[in-house]
Amino acid sequence: MQNSTQQSSVGVLEQFEYDNKIVKAFLIASVVYGVIGMLVGLTLAIQLFLPEANFENPHTTFGRLRPLHTNAVIFAFVGNAMFAGIYHSSARLLKTAIFSKTLSWIHFWGWQLIILAAAITLPMGLSSSKEYAELEWPIDIAIALIWVVFAINFFGMIAKRRERHMYVAIWFYIGTIVTVALLHIVNSLALPVSWSKSYSMYAGVQDALVQWWYGHNAVAFFLTTPYLGLMYYYLPKAANRPVFSYKLSIIHFWSLIFIYIWAGPHHLLYTSLPDWAQSLGTVFSIMLIAPSWGGMLNGLLTLRGAWDKVREDNVLKFFVVAVTAYGMATFEGPMLSLKNVSAIAHYTDWIVAHVHIGALGWNGFMIFGILYYLVPRMWKTEIFSKSLVSLHFWIGTLGIIFYALPLYWASLTQSLMWKEFTADGFLAYPNFLETVTKIVPLYMMRAVGGTMYLLGVFIMIYNLIRTAAKGVFVDTEYSEAPALEKRVNIIGGGWHTILERKPFIFTGLAVIAVAIGGLVEFVPTALIKSNVPTIASVKPYTPLELEGRDIYIREGCVGCHSQMIRPFRDETERYGEYSKAGEFVYDRPFLWGSKRTGPDLHRLGGKYPDSWHFNHMLDPTSMSPGSIMPSYPWLIDDDINYGDLPKKIKVMRQLGVPYDEGFDNEAVAHAEKQAEQIAQSLAKDKIKTSKDKEIIALIAYLQRLGTDIKQK
Amino acid sequence: MFKHYFEQIEGISVYPVFSLLVFFLFFVGLGIYVFFLDKKKEKHLENLPLED
Repeated sequence: MQNSTQQSSVGVLEQFEYDNKIVKAFLIASVVYGVIGMLVGLTLAIQLFLPEANFENPHTTFGRLRPLHTNAVIFAFVGNAMFAGIYHSSARLLKTAIFSKTLSWIHFWGWQLIILAAAITLPMGLSSSKEYAELEWPIDIAIALIWVVFAINFFGMIAKRRERHMYVAIWFYIGTIVTVALLHIVNSLALPVSWSKSYSMYAGVQDALVQWWYGHNAVAFFLTTPYLGLMYYYLPKAANRPVFSYKLSIIHFWSLIFIYIWAGPHHLLYTSLPDWAQSLGTVFSIMLIAPSWGGMLNGLLTLRGAWDKVREDNVLKFFVVAVTAYGMATFEGPMLSLKNVSAIAHYTDWIVAHVHIGALGWNGFMIFGILYYLVPRMWKTEIFSKSLVSLHFWIGTLGIIFYALPLYWASLTQSLMWKEFTADGFLAYPNFLETVTKIVPLYMMRAVGGTMYLLGVFIMIYNLIRTAAKGVFVDTEYSEAPALEKRVNIIGGGWHTILERKPFIFTGLAVIAVAIGGLVEFVPTALIKSNVPTIASVKPYTPLELEGRDIYIREGCVGCHSQMIRPFRDETERYGEYSKAGEFVYDRPFLWGSKRTGPDLHRLGGKYPDSWHFNHMLDPTSMSPGSIMPSYPWLIDDDINYGDLPKKIKVMRQLGVPYDEGFDNEAVAHAEKQAEQIAQSLAKDKIKTSKDKEIIALIAYLQRLGTDIKQK
Repeated sequence: MFKHYFEQIEGISVYPVFSLLVFFLFFVGLGIYVFFLDKKKEKHLENLPLED
């Protein structure tokens, strides 16, 4: 960078450049991956009423595609746009060039490679199965490294800034960078078995608590805080007026990062998680309404006295819907955290609708608004067609509504059917499938809503390409500002204004704010081992069951089946004895799940003969006519790979699972013996298959589920 | 049953008191600070995005 300096009355005036190329690259990546992520999402939506839409291919089956959809939308679509917005707005707010162009391109290509790795490994079934953290350990390490590159570049900009005070958007970016690093590292801790397989450092209840501490805060610090920062920059920019209340933004920031981190356990209400942790999650979730709505109002009230602009200005339209969706989702979230509401909504499509209000409304519309704001400016031209923007706005908004409403309806319908009893005290709908076929038409309507939203994105892409085509891309903008004088004593200002001048102390305090919530939750978590009453009859999985469990993980069964029976009469009636914390001590990772598209499986063991499972996996409709579960013919054709089995046993032993010493050497023989028994039991029912097929291992696992305490 | 969990954690009674205290002091402090925030400073800060 060329710095020409000249003396001025204010101080030394320095010239510097704003790099638009990196912003452009991240924006293009966001849009490309947005389309891919949404197309995958639409495919999944269609598979829910047309299971054949998986093309009978393992790589495109629901369980494997679902994590691809969530990862693509969160980390590729929302992630890339976040980086574009942060680089663009931080440079201008801090009056400095990007710290290192080289690092910014390492950041860009590194992140794209990670996404590519995800797009390859997830359909292959290489998954840790922890929601939004499915990627296996080598990719996890790459994410951590690229995140550090991003952090160096960002804090480098802060160090080189020419504006002494850090605007509120910058605080949100700081909060994002430090917290995401913390969450990612703690949740991803695992012992590797091979390059493509690892077992979680945590087991059962502990794993669940860590995972949802992560999962909830991934929403908070990847989908929310960076976009609040972007809101605080681009909304005032687009409206050309300052934020409604700077005071409110101070309270908004600190209370949001302080409270958010505690709320994770609301994902585990009525599960085997200790009650105190559940209550903690509920209380803090309710408290979250305050900062969330404070932020929403701060955004919306920025437009006070300028609402007429919203009618004319398309960028503002998108921002208004985005912030409104944020307000809706952050009201709905705390409501869903009430135990009595969770009792109805958990495991249903309500949660799917809820997250899509956030993803489609808040994140999606923020990104579209930013794109419509930035592209004409970066290409020094006007938008190609205002009416197409308007069309995108309406088709997108209606798309969100058509997406969410059928799912709310489906959720309530199904949940009430699950819970309904006849006058004689029997379940009114004892067959789970009945409650599914009832809502299939609503699944179709949801796919229509998703299609509309995606159509809007295509309209936007066409409009933006035509806009860029008629303009000329400005790859570098020049600006000048006086340099900051070193070690100046600035008198006055409260402690927070002083803080805003001290980025590193500020960052330290932000870490403390986040860490307090984490620690208070984690100290008991560390002690939770002594918290989980051990059940003597609970034994480690046999080697074959372990292989079967890994197949269950590979196929993403957890995406549609829970393994957590809540202590409700309808659930114990339908599934059996409710799940106890002590039953999961050997579950690495835990597989409680968060959605019941199919029934809970925790007490599946012994419920059906082996042959039922064989036929069901080959063609679910043969056993359950009308089932929307895909068929898994490859499990019947493919051989079990025992290659890693001894290592798996070894790693489990290192993690404290009480297999005998040297058992790793006997594991394969042990597994083959058990497989032979299952093959014989199948043969009795006239099913001829080799004991070496994957289906055998899966049956072994399914038949084991929940049986430990049945024997008692 | 859950009382049992509580009893096993050493010094569990400190957690709620500690949490309440931290929250109370922090937010009261923040509230007081924000109330007395200098108007001129605030004007400068909130106009930062509009300056470039």
